[in-house]
This record gives sequence, C-alpha cells and structure tokens, in this order.
Amino acid sequence: MARVVVDVMPKPEILDPQGKAVTGALGRLGYSGLTVRQGKRFEVEVDGEITDERLAEVRDAAEKLFANTVIETFDVRVDTDSSDQG
Amino acid sequence: MAPRIGVVTFPGSLDDEDALRAVRLSGAEAVPLWHGSDSLTDVDAVILPGGFSYGDYLRCGAIARFAPVMTEVIRAAGEGMPVLGICNGFQVLCEAHLLPGALIRNERQTFVCRDQRLRVESVDTTWTSAFAPGQEITIVLKNGEGRYLADTETVARLEGEGRIVFRYLDNPNGSLNDIAGVCNERGNVVGLMPHPEHNVESLTSPSLDGRPFFASVLDFLGEKV
Repeated sequence: MARVVVDVMPKPEILDPQGKAVTGALGRLGYSGLTVRQGKRFEVEVDGEITDERLAEVRDAAEKLFANTVIETFDVRVDTDSSDQG
Repeated sequence: MAPRIGVVTFPGSLDDEDALRAVRLSGAEAVPLWHGSDSLTDVDAVILPGGFSYGDYLRCGAIARFAPVMTEVIRAAGEGMPVLGICNGFQVLCEAHLLPGALIRNERQTFVCRDQRLRVESVDTTWTSAFAPGQEITIVLKNGEGRYLADTETVARLEGEGRIVFRYLDNPNGSLNDIAGVCNERGNVVGLMPHPEHNVESLTSPSLDGRPFFASVLDFLGEKV
C-alpha cells in the first residue's frame, strides 16, 4: 500500500494560538529559544500505484477539504518509507 | 400564508431547536431541514444553526460544508434567498465560500460564554433591516473558535463595501477589526458568531435583541410576495 502525506500549516502571517500556547509551555519546561507552529499531518493510503494523476487527485482533495487556503498552506508528498519501490 | 423558514440540522448541531422556536415565535412557519437531504422543500429562507457539526473535526464547519443539503443552500443563496449562519453556521458559510474569511481559535484559547454587546454596522441586509443604523444590542455569545480573520485586501473590501454587519463593542476573541458578523455582496447571506435565536424571550434572555433578525427577514419576504 502506498502512502501520501499531506502537511497542513497555518499561514505564516496568521497568528497560531495553539503553537503560541505550546511555545509558552516549552519555555516553562526550561526549553529556551524554541518556537513552535502547530499544524496537521494527514496520511493518505492510496489503493494501487501512485501515478501523477493520483497525486493530482490528492492535491485536489487537500485543497478542497484538508486545508482551508484562507488561513492554511499545504504540502503533498509521497511517503517513500511506505512505498514498495523502497 | 406565513413565510417558511428552514433550519438545517447537521450531526452535532446544538441550537437547531432554539432556532426553530425563534422562527415560530416570530410568526413564520418553522421547517426542519435535514443535512442529508437534497431538497430545501420550498422554504423562503434558511438558517444554519450553532453547534459542533461533525464534532468540529478537521476545522469547524469544514465537513458540514459538504453535506448534501449545502449544494441546495449554495444554489439558493446565489439566487438571493436569505441565509443566516449563526456561530457554527457562520463557520459553515465561510468554509462554503458563501462568506469571505475564516474563524479560528479565540485569541486567549478560552471558550467565551457571555452576553455580548454589539453595534449594528449595516442595516442593508435581509436579516438586519429592522435595526436602526449604529444600534447597540446585546446578544448571547458562546464559542471557542470565533476569531474572525481575513487577508488585508478582503477586510479592506468588506469595510469599503459596508459588509461588516456587526462589530463587538468589547472584542472578546481577537477578531480582526472587532468583526462579529459579515454579509455577502448582495446582503442576503449573513453570518455572525453571537446567537440571536437565544434572545427572543424575556424569560430566558437578558435582551430581546434577537427579534429584529426575524422581523427583518419577514419584512423582506413579505415585500417579495
């Protein structure tokens, strides 16, 4: 089974309240100089081979559903660890 | 015959019953609509109620936006039917691109629940014509993700075109430009985070400022008929 990974992140200009809260907690734990932005990772199992068309389909789905492009950016990539090409 | 106003129930809707009740109290016929239906059953207006459709999974309103009934809501909105999105309904309208912008987590990460003071900025919509311009009202607010956001260009356009419909008097969540509600270009689609359906009866609400929402749409529908 092949896998495609879609990463969704809040746009840089959008304040990320979750990331900000996590950054605050890191500071309280004694980790300094670490700033977090929090996003989402979607792992999409794809039946059959991953072709350019299939990838385009996932990209389309990401734009339509996984991400809200008003506030988020997304990145689609094939997860090479799981693909049978090794 | 009284106008028919539909209220959509999604899985996880919370305030659909209150919205139906507010419609009834206003004198209109309240029509329950089901998310899985592909028909609006000839209603004259639609309300998308508050709640947590699909558990707010993915993003608030993101999954409800693709419910079968939404195809019809989007079509009818395009033809000028009055559509009101309350709280989660506002989020659904933004996800459906019927309204610009997005609602994200409140600035201080907390769920806000209070009687919220607002200023009516536009009475030029099908849901606000019964207010006075600049009228200050109090409407129940209760949400965790009510912070309105849009890019600079969009906000400038909304401001320029008078499409900010409500502004918070004391911004509770970090919303850009104190925006509590906006409308589409035509003024038939309105979304806001506060809950007018909770402010229609003196027994349970601190104000009756929700009533003019329904009076407005009834005026509009009456004129149309």
